[in-house]
Amino acid sequence: MADILVLAETRGGLARKAAFETVTAARAVADSTGGGEVHALVVGGPGVAQVAETLGRFGADVVLALEHEALAHGNPEVTAATMAQRLRGGAYRLALFSASAQGRDLAPRVAGALGVSLAADVVSFEITGDAVLARHPVFIGKAIATLRLEGSPAVVSLRAGAVTPAEKPRPARVESVTAALDPGAARLVVTAVEARGAAKLDLADAPVIVSGGRGLKAAENFKLVEELAAAFGNAAVGATRAVTDDGWRDPADQIGQTGRVVSPGLYVAVGISGAIQHLAGMRASKVIVAINRDKDAPIFKVADYGIVGDLFEVVPRLTEEIRKLRAEH
Amino acid sequence: MKIAVCLKRVPDTEMRFTIAPDGKSIDPAGLKYEISTFDEYAVEVALRLNEQQGPGEVTVMGAGPDGLAELLRKALSLGADRAVHLTAADVPFDGMAVAQALASELEGQPYDVILFGRNATDTGSGSVGAMAAELLGLPCVTAVMHLEVRDGRGTAQRTLEGATETITFSLPAVLTIDEGIARPRIPSLKGIMAAKKKPMETRPAQFGPVRLTVERLEMPPDRAAGRILGTGPDAVPELVRVLRDEAKVL
Repeated sequence: MADILVLAETRGGLARKAAFETVTAARAVADSTGGGEVHALVVGGPGVAQVAETLGRFGADVVLALEHEALAHGNPEVTAATMAQRLRGGAYRLALFSASAQGRDLAPRVAGALGVSLAADVVSFEITGDAVLARHPVFIGKAIATLRLEGSPAVVSLRAGAVTPAEKPRPARVESVTAALDPGAARLVVTAVEARGAAKLDLADAPVIVSGGRGLKAAENFKLVEELAAAFGNAAVGATRAVTDDGWRDPADQIGQTGRVVSPGLYVAVGISGAIQHLAGMRASKVIVAINRDKDAPIFKVADYGIVGDLFEVVPRLTEEIRKLRAEH
Repeated sequence: MKIAVCLKRVPDTEMRFTIAPDGKSIDPAGLKYEISTFDEYAVEVALRLNEQQGPGEVTVMGAGPDGLAELLRKALSLGADRAVHLTAADVPFDGMAVAQALASELEGQPYDVILFGRNATDTGSGSVGAMAAELLGLPCVTAVMHLEVRDGRGTAQRTLEGATETITFSLPAVLTIDEGIARPRIPSLKGIMAAKKKPMETRPAQFGPVRLTVERLEMPPDRAAGRILGTGPDAVPELVRVLRDEAKVL
């Protein structure tokens, strides 16, 4: 029996998909050890404890709620200190984070504060005897390492999208916790969290990603990509590094080794040749479609389906067909 | 202002490689090495901060084998003032062990800003910077995309999923640097010549205990061979059909 402490991410008082993924993974691993408890720490402004009900649906036994006027935007120093304080008691075998922007930030702080090691950005993990075994992509996704993590508590961060949230409902008990560090005494202050393009789906949440590369020839031609994404209705727009470097798109849209790593249900690569650095960011997508003029482009080696041709002809036609299909439903 | 940048020597990401016979590492034969991508951005940020803030000192440091020295020398040729090479035949996979080596080097030194790359391109863990900050008891902001430093305080922006976060912090601080913050410069001939005379200290790396190890290393399974459905817009109806009926993603 192993009890697990999860950092359940919230934003604007609501639980994020990352929270459902980590609670789901923690539930499965706790059950595999003979049924330990899953405790989820949530941090936010007053009222954030209301996420307990949703977290319970995915298998949290206890929700530890840290509510504070000064923590509406969170504070990594306060959250890490509070998480570390809970873990120091020795009650938990493992601490789990999402390898999201927030989790990638918090997990090493907590491991550092406890003086233990961290298996970061894993795609799966299990507790086997005294160790945790975890699989983690290395060398920008060119190889997969099986890591052995010793020590307790083990600190692990789980790649976004590696686990599909699954309901295992139970009534989560809410316990209110106090901050291990007064937010007023922290040396960091999160002064703003501003949504980029409020109505847009984030790359991590979008079931479909339509991505564009140099083949589009000019920034204004990205409207073809945007129109295709709009036709799907549930798509986000991504880009290659060449395109973000040239300022055609926001750097935050970059998919690849030095940008975002995504795994949507469908990835449509438009005018993307498929450099290894780009493949590192999208090869875990479930279905990959490539549209490229060059039949020898490396993108066709990872694509499930390809069309060789001029994207300026192919993409508008695809947009039209997807629109038609959606209109029928 | 005194600035330290910690950098890592990693295999060139463009290169193909094979798994070594031990099944736990990559075959070093024929590999080329480089400064990890994000660490190059960290060096650039250090040089720009130093230029903006007036005369200070930029120290570059890292732990690694003999080959690290030429990469530290490269950073000196870009404009860093001194280098510290913590020698080690191998660098452990365990970020905590590495953070302990770097923290003991950084401890007690009067650095105002300590920079790391967001993550190394080989291990891809992104843990050493924030761990070192904890060990040093310093505030830390990770994956910084935009940075301003003024009067002993800094403001950093970082990218969250779908949002931008702004954080203010006091100095001294540890920052890990994301791509896109500033395009790294290229060494000049003058810089390369000057670097030869800049000081490089060498001492053995004192890694902490290693509790994270590689049991096995494998190439990812190849994706099943895909299909070219056709040429030009006439292939679109077939694409829509397979996405709907075979892949069931529509």
